Amino acid sequence: MTPLLEVRGVSKRFGGLLAVSNVSFNLNRGEILGLIGPNGAGKTTLFNVVNGVYGQIEEGSISFDGHDITGISPHKVVHLGLARTHQIVQPLNDMSVLDNVTVGACFGREYLSLSAARAVARQVLEQVGMESRASLVARSLTIAGKKRLEVARALAANPKLLLLDEVLAGLNPTEIAQMIELVRSIRDRGVSVFMIEHLMQAVMNLSDRIVVLSFGQKLAEGPPEKVARDPLVIEAYLGDPNIAERLMEKN
Amino acid sequence: MILRRPSFWLILIVSASFIYLPLRGQNVPLREDLILVAVAIILASNLNLMIGYTGYVNFGHIVFYGLGGYIGLYLTTVRGWNLVLAALTAGVAVSFLALLFGLGILRLRGAYFALATIGVLQAVQAFVMNFDPWGRSTGMYLSFTSYQPWGGATRALWIDYYLIIGIMALSLILSLGIKISKFGLGLFAIRENEDAAAVLGVNTTLFKAIIYSVSAFLPAVAGALMFFKNGMIDPFVAFEFMLSLEGIVMLMLGGQGSVTGAALGAGMYEWLRSFLLTSPKLSDFQLVIAGGLLLVVVLFAPGGLIGWVYRLVPRSRGVIE
Repeated sequence: MTPLLEVRGVSKRFGGLLAVSNVSFNLNRGEILGLIGPNGAGKTTLFNVVNGVYGQIEEGSISFDGHDITGISPHKVVHLGLARTHQIVQPLNDMSVLDNVTVGACFGREYLSLSAARAVARQVLEQVGMESRASLVARSLTIAGKKRLEVARALAANPKLLLLDEVLAGLNPTEIAQMIELVRSIRDRGVSVFMIEHLMQAVMNLSDRIVVLSFGQKLAEGPPEKVARDPLVIEAYLGDPNIAERLMEKN
Repeated sequence: MILRRPSFWLILIVSASFIYLPLRGQNVPLREDLILVAVAIILASNLNLMIGYTGYVNFGHIVFYGLGGYIGLYLTTVRGWNLVLAALTAGVAVSFLALLFGLGILRLRGAYFALATIGVLQAVQAFVMNFDPWGRSTGMYLSFTSYQPWGGATRALWIDYYLIIGIMALSLILSLGIKISKFGLGLFAIRENEDAAAVLGVNTTLFKAIIYSVSAFLPAVAGALMFFKNGMIDPFVAFEFMLSLEGIVMLMLGGQGSVTGAALGAGMYEWLRSFLLTSPKLSDFQLVIAGGLLLVVVLFAPGGLIGWVYRLVPRSRGVIE
């Protein structure tokens, strides 16, 4: 079977800064792929390149589910079935939680009618455990709530692939445990996941494979235990040679 | 379904009373008062589609009204067209023009977009002031014969009034219809966060261009009808910047983003203005008071009258549209 997402030799430049440099990797159907790397490595930039936020890129090509999506606009990427969340949450502040998720369902892969989208939105809110907050205004949610809302909105689009940009950052241990469960349940429903995460324990346990970026370049790629033992990755990011054993311990 | 919305029936009732009240006893002064209120409601509620729904402040909204007036008057007087056909043609032509302008200036956001809309207004005014077929700076006058097909001036003015009330009702129904539609949901998403809306799948460029064009249609038709009633047009009354600003004040006053808010704001502002203008002591201070009022609203009730009601009674959000 062909990979769901194929990134080939992608580079993105901001003036003199080469933020992403000649990165290639595949994401297989049904897998959770982790993306890790030091701050400023270009992880979010890579997400933005994949979902079309920057428009045309300098080099490389991206194909998703058999379509060439290089340089096409974000709304078209969603219609093909690739949804994402934002690292810095972007709620539609003055709208209710339900309306936020309804937007995702309305303009997502299936481009549902308003009433069908409402029904889907209610289901998704239940799935992420937010049904009791449906009628609240989005601005009144806590950070954890807003992160959940980001995931719910993206899920409502009924994507084949979900890009999660640091959904665990800023959450407390209980919230983290809930979010990890949520990501697992999403994958169990057949949605592939590509996630940026700094919380090593979580990303090591969740991911089937991991891609490591550093200064815009791909440093390593492979199963979590292999990546955690890679000397280059330890030097650039993890810092501690014995970290692999500790990280792989299940909590 | 729009028919199940109480607001829809309220719009019909208000519009019907606008027709009934002056008709009883052929009350022409009342009709002239109400026609100004109706035009204010038309302008404010269509402006609301841009400012309140989409979050794009249009300072040059009056350009649609003025251009509609010019095209309408030109077609009825010079070309001898029927008024209704001329007004509809004006609406279609101005909408098309707005679509072209929109595709250009809607690439800008925030203050830059607002500045560009002032630019459009000034450019169109300058063009019309130098456009021979439309009488340059002196403008155009309606020939009296244009009233003949309607059975004389008196009757023509009444019919014109009903048409304007009809456009007012259509404006409010359009606002309501968009508000409860999928298209409206996309616009609200753009207003709240345009980048997030795009990432959620809203085709922002297309949506903005469509709403800019739609918000031009009924004001242009109203302009054609209104200047037919006034009997004359020139570039200064047609493209009066002040009137554009007043439209924004009406929205702030009533509550942007709300159909009821736009209508109430327009009504209140028009009422206040006529009161101030006719009051011997206050007439010189009309704009000073309007400016002060705007300041108070922005500082203490940023959501306008409706926003204030929403805050007092949160459950009213679902009822008052």
